[in-house]
Amino acid sequence: MFEALIEQGKIREFALATKSFHPDFSGGQAVSPPTFLNAVSRIWADVPLDVAEQLGFDVSRTLHGEEEFIFHTTLPHAGDRLSVDVRITGRAEKVRRNGGRMRLAVVVREFRDADGRLVAEQRSTLVETEPPAPADEPTEEEVART
Amino acid sequence: MTAPATPPFPGVGDAGPQRSFGPITRTDIVRYAGASGDFNPLHHDEHSAHAAGLPTVLSIGMFQGGLLGTYVTDWLGTASLHRFRLRFTARVWPGDTLSCSGTITEVENRGGQEARVVAELRCVRQTGDAVVHATAEYMWRRP
Repeated sequence: MFEALIEQGKIREFALATKSFHPDFSGGQAVSPPTFLNAVSRIWADVPLDVAEQLGFDVSRTLHGEEEFIFHTTLPHAGDRLSVDVRITGRAEKVRRNGGRMRLAVVVREFRDADGRLVAEQRSTLVETEPPAPADEPTEEEVART
Repeated sequence: MTAPATPPFPGVGDAGPQRSFGPITRTDIVRYAGASGDFNPLHHDEHSAHAAGLPTVLSIGMFQGGLLGTYVTDWLGTASLHRFRLRFTARVWPGDTLSCSGTITEVENRGGQEARVVAELRCVRQTGDAVVHATAEYMWRRP
């Protein structure tokens, strides 16, 4: 578990990097963009958050299959201080239609406020393909079946 | 720049405005890397990309995912976004032009002033291949 601060300047930087000029992402009352928690996890983790490495996946062959964000109240606001729990679930190995293997894992992050209320969740599905996979990606259907 | 504070109540079949981004540059990718803390060298270092068998650096999936976040919040707002789910289906390279679109697929009235509104979104490359699909679910409150 680690603590993360939702910062106004970081929200602004993230919004601009994703080509957003939406006024809700500016100023002292800024809310975070829909995918901002992904950056929060990377920036505030107390140890470098190389989940693929923790899983034993080869980082150069690991693809991002899915990413899901769930907000239980509003989008987190600038100034919010959240505690973040990370756990790995849903590990699996699948045989692809071309006979190759792929390994999957789901990383769940839970974001709670000072009262312990769950305010947001992030679920990342990582896929490790077999070498020499770079040009050989799982089809949409294969990812969907995960 | 302004965006509507609370867009009008949507209906099934309503389409968002088509919007294009790009051509995507290495600078766009590096800027997102800095903003998100994703410094996997495959996204900015040509040597690492070649060593991994890639023709050049590839974009960060969450960058184009973030563009869909920009698209949906400009279209439907930020208030009451409950769920945002991205499925990555193809890679994006420098020089690609991405086009985002979306349609309301579900409006479930929760009594008078509130509805659960679901939009399906797509980001496609100039070749026509979809690179990210997304589902956005709002707990919509009538203004």
